[in-house]
Parts: sequence; C-alpha cells; structure tokens
Amino acid sequence: MEIFNHNANVNFLGMRRISVGIAVLLMLASLALIFTKGLNYGLDFTGGVSVEAAYQQPVDIGQVRQALAEHGMENAVVQSLGGTREVSIRMQPTAEMKDEKGLVNLDRVADVVTKALKAARPDVTLKSRSSVSSQVGEELRSDGTIAALFVIIGIGLYLGIRFEWRFAAAAIVTEFHDVLVTLGVIALVRREFDLTVLASVLAVIGYSINDKVVVFDRIRELFRLARKAEPEEILNRSINNTLSRTIITSLFTGITMAALYFIGGPVVHGFAITMLIGIVVGTLSSIFIASPLLLWFGVSKQDLMPKTKNDPELARRP
Amino acid sequence: MSDFPRWKYALVAVVLLLGIVYALPNAFPPVPSVQVAAVHGAPVDAALQQKVADALRKQNIAYRNLAIDGDHLVASFANADVQARASDVVRVALGDGYTVALNLTSTAPRWLGAIGARAMPLGLDLQGGVNFLMAVDQNAVIQKRRDGYADNIRDLLRQKNIRYDSVAPTGDPSQATIGVVLRSAADRSAASDAIASEYADLLVSDGPSTGDRYVLNVQARPDKLRTLAQDAITQNLSTLRNRINALGVSEPIIQKQGDSQIVVQLAGVQNPAEAKKTIGAQATLEYHPGVMDPTGALAMEAQRTGIVPPDQRLYHMRGSGRPVLVGKRVIVTGDELADAASGVDQTTGTPKVDVTLNASGAKKMLDYTSANVGKPMAVVYVERVVDTQMVDGKEVRTPKVTEEVISNATVQGVFGKQFQTTGLGSPKEASELALLLKSGSLAAPMDIVSEQVIGPSLGQDNIQKGFRAVLIGLGVVLLAAAVYYKLFGLVADIALFFNLVLLLAVMSMIGVTLTMPGIAGIVLTLGMAIDANVLICERVREELRNGSTPHAAIRAGYDKAWATILDANVTHLIAALALTTMGSGPIKGFGVTLLIGILTSMFTSVTVTHAITALIHGNRKLKTLSV
Repeated sequence: MEIFNHNANVNFLGMRRISVGIAVLLMLASLALIFTKGLNYGLDFTGGVSVEAAYQQPVDIGQVRQALAEHGMENAVVQSLGGTREVSIRMQPTAEMKDEKGLVNLDRVADVVTKALKAARPDVTLKSRSSVSSQVGEELRSDGTIAALFVIIGIGLYLGIRFEWRFAAAAIVTEFHDVLVTLGVIALVRREFDLTVLASVLAVIGYSINDKVVVFDRIRELFRLARKAEPEEILNRSINNTLSRTIITSLFTGITMAALYFIGGPVVHGFAITMLIGIVVGTLSSIFIASPLLLWFGVSKQDLMPKTKNDPELARRP
Repeated sequence: MSDFPRWKYALVAVVLLLGIVYALPNAFPPVPSVQVAAVHGAPVDAALQQKVADALRKQNIAYRNLAIDGDHLVASFANADVQARASDVVRVALGDGYTVALNLTSTAPRWLGAIGARAMPLGLDLQGGVNFLMAVDQNAVIQKRRDGYADNIRDLLRQKNIRYDSVAPTGDPSQATIGVVLRSAADRSAASDAIASEYADLLVSDGPSTGDRYVLNVQARPDKLRTLAQDAITQNLSTLRNRINALGVSEPIIQKQGDSQIVVQLAGVQNPAEAKKTIGAQATLEYHPGVMDPTGALAMEAQRTGIVPPDQRLYHMRGSGRPVLVGKRVIVTGDELADAASGVDQTTGTPKVDVTLNASGAKKMLDYTSANVGKPMAVVYVERVVDTQMVDGKEVRTPKVTEEVISNATVQGVFGKQFQTTGLGSPKEASELALLLKSGSLAAPMDIVSEQVIGPSLGQDNIQKGFRAVLIGLGVVLLAAAVYYKLFGLVADIALFFNLVLLLAVMSMIGVTLTMPGIAGIVLTLGMAIDANVLICERVREELRNGSTPHAAIRAGYDKAWATILDANVTHLIAALALTTMGSGPIKGFGVTLLIGILTSMFTSVTVTHAITALIHGNRKLKTLSV
C-alpha cells in the first residue's frame, strides 16, 4: 500500500518566502502569547497545595469553584481530570491550612477542602493531596533551561562534526522555532504547564531533530552523488524523497500519543497533548523551514564531499 | 546465499531469549502483603507463623499465602484493605519484638528470582504512598562549625598566652569567617602562626588595623566547607534511614537529590503525619559515668527488684537488650561531638572508633577522665518523638522517649579532645558505632518543601490506564505497519514487540522504578522505534523502483538506511540524556526510559529485522518483495 505518489516533486523551496514568513509570524505570535497570557504553570512550578477529588455523580466545575469560594478559597484553580467526576483543585495555602509554625499541614488541607466540598455535595472523596514550596519551582525552571541548553549545544556539536556547521545552525534555529511554537500553543489553550509537560517539550526537541536529521542525511547523500549540484533542486528532491517517511513516522508516533491521550488517564494528558502539538509543528518545520534555512546559509557540494588529504598531485589532475 | 552472518543469528537469538526471561517477572502482578521481621534476634520460626495465622483467623482475615522467606515472615492478601487490617492485627499480636511492614510480594516463580530476574518496582504514583522532598539547611552546619572554630581559637590563644580583645564570627554566614581582634602587631603575628600551625583547615590573613585594634581574619578553606556540607547530607541520609527502618516501611526510597535535597518515598504509607513525626524526631547522645559491674549481676539484681541507687539509672543495651546500670550525671552530649570514625588499632589489631570532641566537650571529658581511670563510661542514645493525637477534638501532644545504651567501655587513661573506643567485637560493630555516634542526630536541620499523598486506588487506576495505553498504542501501530508495508511491516511488528520486551527487560535488570511518566516514555519509544523500519522499508521500495533486484534492494536498503538511523538516533539520544540529568524524579524516569528505548530499538529495528528478513528471503530466488 502506498499513500504518496513517489514521483511527486513538489517545489517546497519555491514557497520558502511564504513558509518561513509564516514561521516567523508564528514565532512572534507565540512570544506575544507567552509574555501576555503567560504559561499556566502547575503546582510543580508555582508552589502551593493541590488535591484531587472524586465524585460519585457527575459534577459541574463551576459548582466546585463556588463551594470553595464560599469557604474562603476564592482563588482556587479547579480543573476537570478528564471526565465529569474527577477534579483537581490547586491554590495557595490559606491560614487554616498551616500549623502553628506556619508550615503547610496536608491533613489540615484535606480537612478544610473536604469540609467546603461536602457542604455542597456529600458524595465527594479526596484521592490525593500534595504541597510544594515555591523554592522547588525556581530550581525546576533553571534545571529545565540547563537541560534545553545541553540538548541544543550537544546536537549542534554532533551535527557540526558529522555534517557541517550550516546543518547544525539550521537545525538549532528550527528547534528553537519548534519549542517556541509548541509553548505558544500550550499558552493559547491554557493547558497546565507541569513537570510532565516540561519533559514532553524536551522530548519534542528529540523527536523533531530526528526528523530533520533524516532530511539532512538525504541532502548530504544527493549532493555527494550529483554531478551538477544545484542546491535548490537537491534540497527539493531530498524533501520529496523523504516525504513519505516523514509523514508515515509522524502518523505512527501520533497514533501512540493519541492512544496515550485518550486512554492513559489524566496524569499523562498534558504529556500526550504537548507531544501531539510538537509532532505536528516538528513535521511541518522539517518540510518547510529547515531546508530553506540551509539554502540561505549557503550549503554547497564542496562543503559536503568527504575530506581528502591535501594531495597536490590529485589537485593537478583534471 | 544469505548475506547475514551466522554469529549474528546467534546473537539475536540469545538476546531475545534473555530479554524474554528478564522481562517475564513483570507479567506476574504483585500482591499486597505484610512482612514480619525480628528486631532483637527474636526467632522467626514455625511458632511465629502459627501465632500470626491464629491472630488473623481470630479476626476473620483471609490470607492467600503465609510463609517464612529467609529471615522474615511474609503473609499475602487479596487487596490493600485486607492488607491494612491484617497489619494492624499482626502488629498488636506480636508486640515490640517484631517490625510489621506493608509490602508488595511478587508472584513470579522462584527460579526467576534465583537467576536475578525481578519485576520493576512500582513508583508511588502506581501503588500509592507518601512522598517527601526535604531541603537540608547547609548554612546551619557551617555556622555550627564556625562557632566551633571560634571556641577552639579562643582556647588556643589562652593556652599560648596571647591576649585578645574578641574572637567573633563576621560576614556572610555561608563563608565561615571569624574576626580575631588583638592588641599589638606582635600578638597578631604570634596568633597568626599559632592558628595556622594548629589548624590546617583554616586560612589566616591580616585585616585592617586601627589604633590598638589589630584584626586577624580567619576563614575555613572552601574545600573544607564543601566536604562539610556534603558530609551533612550523607549524615542526614543515614539518620533518616535508621529512623525510617524503625517505622516499618519496606523498601523505602531515601535518596540525595541535587546538592542539598533529600527525597523520601514511603510506599503503602497513607498517613504523612506519622511518617513526618519519625523523620523529624530529635535524637541526641550523652556520655554518662558507668557503674563498676563487670558481670552485670548488679544490673540484673536492680531489674529484678526494681531498686536502683539514687544517682544511677537502669538502661538496656541496644541489640542484646541486656540491662545496664549507668550514672545519672551527663559528662558530654552529642552536640559536643565533632567527629567519629571507625578504624583498626595499630598496636592490637582490633577494631576501634576514634572520637573527636569540640573544645568545651574536651574540657569536660578531661576533667572526668582525670579522676576516673579504670572505671566504665557509657554512651546513651536518646530519641524524642512527639506524638500528636486528637482527644475530644483537642490536640494532645505526648513526647515518647527512647533511651538505650549503645556502648559501655572502660576508661583506660586520661583524655580530652580525642579518644578511642576499643574492645569492639568486629569491624562491622565499630563502623556501626561510629555511624550511630555521628548520626544520632541530624547534622543539619531540614525543611519539608514538598509532600504528596497518593491514595492506593489512584495508583491502581493509573497502572490500569497506563497498561491499556501501552497495549492499544502498540496494537494500532502493529496493524498500521502490517497494512502499509505488508510482509516487511509484519517483520517490523515482530521487532517492535521484542523492543517492548527488551525495554522492559533492561529496565528490570537495572532496577528502574516504573512510574507514570515512565509508561509515557514506553509508549513514545514504541511510536518512535518504528521509525527505523519506516526508513528501511522506504529505502527498499526506492531501490526496487530504481530497478534493483530484490536481494540487492534489501542489502542496499539496510546499508543506506543505517547511516541515517545512526545519525537520527544519536541526536535523539543526546536529547534523552539531557532529560536524565534533570534532577526531578518524574522527568528523570521518563528520560531513562527513553534512553534505554532508543538503544534497544536500534538493535531490534535493524539487527533483528535484518535477521528475520534474511531468514525469510535468504536462499530463495525472488521476483518481487512484499513491501
């Protein structure tokens, strides 16, 4: 079975002004979103207390919010945990939740929240509770940044050695685009940004670099084989030759992430949805953005030939 | 002829077989159980087993299995509720001589355990429990040590008859800087020489001098401060370990995280208050005068009659539980203990423990030993735990104090700052005593910065959903690959299945704890592992289109795809590696899974599929390929 016409030769490079233009717009929009709306940081980052509650009968989020507000917890963030019976509640601890020393006491948290929820609906039970100090979040943010830098530098070095600096530069710029746009979408849909989402964003980098390297590999191969190497044509052929693989792999990975999203339960929702967004963004950027960048950076046949020793005898031959 | 060498077939066969065997234990779901272990060498025998069985029967608690396993007794139950009730019943029935812990027992056949094949331990999010993240206050340790240095410097100056105005800590607490003010330049240089020659850990430099104030700046070496901070964490870890073992939690996870944090995970525990109480317990050591009682007859007598001389108290030895009489006076407390290290006595070749006291402790010890050579001296371990209970809606706090004698040795000579404890039974005993002396109390105060309670039903729910997500994700990809790439797709499917098996096997062998992010990592790995096969199949198709013969197409397909697969996987590996460097638990678990998955997938997707393909197509004349 084949979905793609293997003789197709779409002129992807021909639309590079449009495609890169859209990419730049998307990045600007993402930046604007992240700075204006901000990421909806989860408990891992903001610190505070969180409980998960389960109802026997379906419950309305507004109802839960109101029940909490009536008991002095106006700022609680209430979210559905997929389905209509389970909710997660997140807030900064109130005075009642702390012990004599001013430290959060989880038993008190449970008491206070249960009392508020039971007043409105008696069929509620708490499934889990947790508390995180804001200090943890600070460290996470710096750890996450260091990890991302580590990835970018590591991948840049590897591509610089195995390919050439232009490939490394194109890959890094495209990666930057992928991460930014993925974060932008997360900010747009107000998806909670917690630890699993951070892990997922870093995994998106790994996934999408995979995609780019496959195209780059073909570009190198075609450059070496071709006698007359017109860069634009070579790049176009490389994208077209690998197009079927790019899309099939994305579909396969997408299928598993969809399974995780629909079946894996609320704990991995954020992870799966971020990965799905990342797969779409990464696939599109592999096709539309990485190669135009490479062209602009001035990739050429000479740069990619296997390095032979400087032999004057060889150089003199026709 | 097949172009696939024989030894590679053998390799594939062996790896797959090992993979199946080591992944197998995960197929047997663990059952909730209660584990009984003896505390003071009490017997674990058939009588104990009978006692537990009777206690359970009386309360109508049905158990699945009850057996002695090595040095402990294990009873397994149908579900977590029964397990919790059973543990309460057994604890009451057995009393103080035994610890009763909640556990999960594997139902895998014994021969698997015998060859080291074990199921992955489940993370808290999959089995329920409490999780604490604690920050260690290292500045407090440095400040304590700085005050100790100041004490020592004062003593030293007094000893050398150097007059000083003041010796006081100055500046940033994390730097351990002490300012010494002297009255003349000569005094200053004398003091500087004295301090530098006595304390190698200290750096001395001249400060500004105004009028008759000559300032000397003393600072601890930065590397000394670093080791101090590291030791504090190590000591807190071992203290926590001792205390949590007493709590009766089986296989607790107590780990250092980052530079200054400790993670404690207690599976099965649902009441964080109880755990917090034990973790935050305060323990101290006290050196007391001993009582001349070589045979222990006096102590036995005192225990029997209940009559103890007014200046003495009756204690029990840790471990043996033997009664011991000890004087009430406190010579030195654990706060004054600077260090304790075990070693071997050069002259006799027997194990010993070297103890170092600080200046004030040294003085008291010197005073005591000067008058008491030949008499015993005892070390008493005191632990205070505050128990909070709700009685009639009011909080009632009852301190619970545990006091034990951990060592009772004869004073052999006059000593002060440094001394040795010898006459210990074995090097192990010596190192245990050293550890106890050091870790009786927490080296540095700790704050709980994050805590989490996960209910057991939530854990059950998570594991079911995760399992189903893996199965359905795998199933759909298997189907899609078979439809799209026909025979080659089926071969890839076999490889993908073995990739799951190998991934589980390696994770089990390394002992990775399975968590929900780990399961997400498994699913993602399965989705991405198929990529290598997609690359190979697309290459083979291309070669066929370009007019290659089927055999040549297979060979060229694998050859050309390999370079791409390698580059793609190495870059992906770099990303996974970065994830494992992230300190936090969930991300790390995910990263480790991804890392192993990438490595196993390179083997299964390339080598295993190549072996199967060669086996199918090897010696046949082919007109077409089913790809």
